[in-house]
Amino acid sequence: MSLKYESQLREPLVYGSKDYHQVTEDICRPIEVKPSKLWYIGFFIAVALLMFGSYSVFSEVTYGVGQWNLNKTVGWGWDITNFVWWVGIGHAGTLISAILLLFRQGWRTGVNRAAEAMTIFAVMCAGQFPIWHMGRVWMAFFVMPYPNTRGPLWVNFNSPLLWDVFAISTYFTVSLLFWYSGLLPDFATVRDRAKTKLRKKLYGIASFGWSGSTKHWQRQESLALVLAGLATPLVLSVHTIVSFDFATSVIPGWHTTIFPPYFVAGAIFSGFAMVQTLMLVLRKVYSLEDYITLGHIEAMNKVIVLTGSIVGCAYLTELFMAWYSQNKYEGYAFWYSRANLFSPYGWAYWAMMSCNVISPQIFWFRKMRRNIFVTFFMSIIVNVGMWFERFVIIVTSLYRDYLPSSWSVYYSPSIWEIGFYLGTFGLFFTCFFLFSKYFPVIAIAEIKHVLKTTGESYKENVGHIEEKEVEEFVHEYAHAH
Amino acid sequence: MAKKKFVVGCFKDEDILFPAVKKVRVAGYKIHDVYTPFPLHGLDHAMGLRETSLHTAGFIYGITGTTTAISCISWILTKDWPLNFGGKPHFSLPAWIPIIFELTVLFSAVGMVITFCYLCQMAPFLKKHVFHPRSTDDTFVMVIECTTKTNVEDLKGFLASAGANEINVQEAEPGWWLGTYDKEQQLIKETAVSVA
Repeated sequence: MSLKYESQLREPLVYGSKDYHQVTEDICRPIEVKPSKLWYIGFFIAVALLMFGSYSVFSEVTYGVGQWNLNKTVGWGWDITNFVWWVGIGHAGTLISAILLLFRQGWRTGVNRAAEAMTIFAVMCAGQFPIWHMGRVWMAFFVMPYPNTRGPLWVNFNSPLLWDVFAISTYFTVSLLFWYSGLLPDFATVRDRAKTKLRKKLYGIASFGWSGSTKHWQRQESLALVLAGLATPLVLSVHTIVSFDFATSVIPGWHTTIFPPYFVAGAIFSGFAMVQTLMLVLRKVYSLEDYITLGHIEAMNKVIVLTGSIVGCAYLTELFMAWYSQNKYEGYAFWYSRANLFSPYGWAYWAMMSCNVISPQIFWFRKMRRNIFVTFFMSIIVNVGMWFERFVIIVTSLYRDYLPSSWSVYYSPSIWEIGFYLGTFGLFFTCFFLFSKYFPVIAIAEIKHVLKTTGESYKENVGHIEEKEVEEFVHEYAHAH
Repeated sequence: MAKKKFVVGCFKDEDILFPAVKKVRVAGYKIHDVYTPFPLHGLDHAMGLRETSLHTAGFIYGITGTTTAISCISWILTKDWPLNFGGKPHFSLPAWIPIIFELTVLFSAVGMVITFCYLCQMAPFLKKHVFHPRSTDDTFVMVIECTTKTNVEDLKGFLASAGANEINVQEAEPGWWLGTYDKEQQLIKETAVSVA
């Protein structure tokens, strides 16, 4: 009894003639076998990076933020660049799981679990930057609104930096709940297949005693739908609020009304690029080509070319408005500091332009959208480009302020600032390696749910029926059900 | 909770399960539950279950979040610690919208998940009886509770005619208890077929 009819013209979402058991086998295999040598090598590199990052942070906490080469005008450098970049990366996961769930996009099922995991780890990395940037990090609890003993003095609820505290922590919590409530049934699947006592125990604890009762499924689906409905505006709000950190200020190049939609589009753009990077590796390493198909990759590349073009429009709009408003400070920020190739940071602006706007246009060609190597290469390029976008916004607006006497010559990060960034890569990949080893990387139950309507064998059968006369089809259908 | 006796019928495909559920209900048997490896849309209606009100609870939690945010912030910034930000009014609602929105979402999401766990009686270290180890893999398991009037043999025959490919009788605790899955199931016992 399929309640959903899908056209045979659409590509199958699951390749091969799979049955439900085969799906379970395929997705649980990586969890049940020993990890490969490659996994160990990758994991240890990630842990080494994490160690380096931890030492960099230790050094910064010991000696102060001075360790980071920030200077008198560039008070925000690599740290906030990296913060915005990681938050942006975190956006694709919730977009894939929530917005595409609401839009009933079946292709999300193959990639949503890993993308949500990516979101959680990326937000964990992002959160590090503002916290360690506080300098006296043991005072970090000051950002929490609580009636303290100094007044009572409260946090400033009118400040975009406090909005950020609420936005990021809410985003992290909701993403985590959404991810975990979807994981419960799959943990139960792993639990019921487990051979050793330890695995049975651990997955039993992780699955919260999920039994697969009809009532539980009904509630779980209702929960997923409402959480998706909540997460959709949440995704848009989080990066909008991050853009308010800049847009509510009076710095030329920052206080533009285009920032919220432009930041959101950029976040989705970079997030999808990171999903591509991870998915291409994951499907190859765990032989999941039947579940993460070329169709999935193509769909994500379409999102990349769309959001890349939106971001491109935003860049051009900014340049146009800087000229059209005839505000000389804006003109200086955009036309002299950024778009001018021969200014100190012109190279960064044009790196951003070529990575984010020009190169993704290659995805207008179907052949390129479906090419694994082009996609992988482009996913890296887009992430580099989006890092440059945040760098350009922050540094080119800060390094020369209204007072020429305080202009800094050039801002370049110290080894500890770079080390901190590398450390978050270490954190991200350590988490991701552990996730890919101990968690089902594809939502097993969701794949089974769409298997009959979009699996390859089903498509073949439907194609057979569709060629018949309509009356005959209706007659057969009525008898079959 | 006392142990109860159940007749367990396993089905290989949801296309067989759906008509079977209808037949069993028409025949007047009490379905304890149906365990499926993935959500089957419409099964809840076929079983005669009521719609869940979880989304209503979510709405109420959301409203609670909105009210909490508005009342807290307005009390803090107008009464408890009114600060002058560039001569702007103390009650500056537009600037509070981001936090009001975030708290609405936060309260709603957290409240709903807790309610979900409470309603489904799920938590770490809680254990439930597993009627069939493959009910989370590829088997659809219909569990029918035996009453004093149930003729087990008849019921087994009936399930077989409805398309069940594996039928057994189990005595189990239908609720939940504290425990982990690493030990053999204590509360389950294959019983000899007898007319209850």
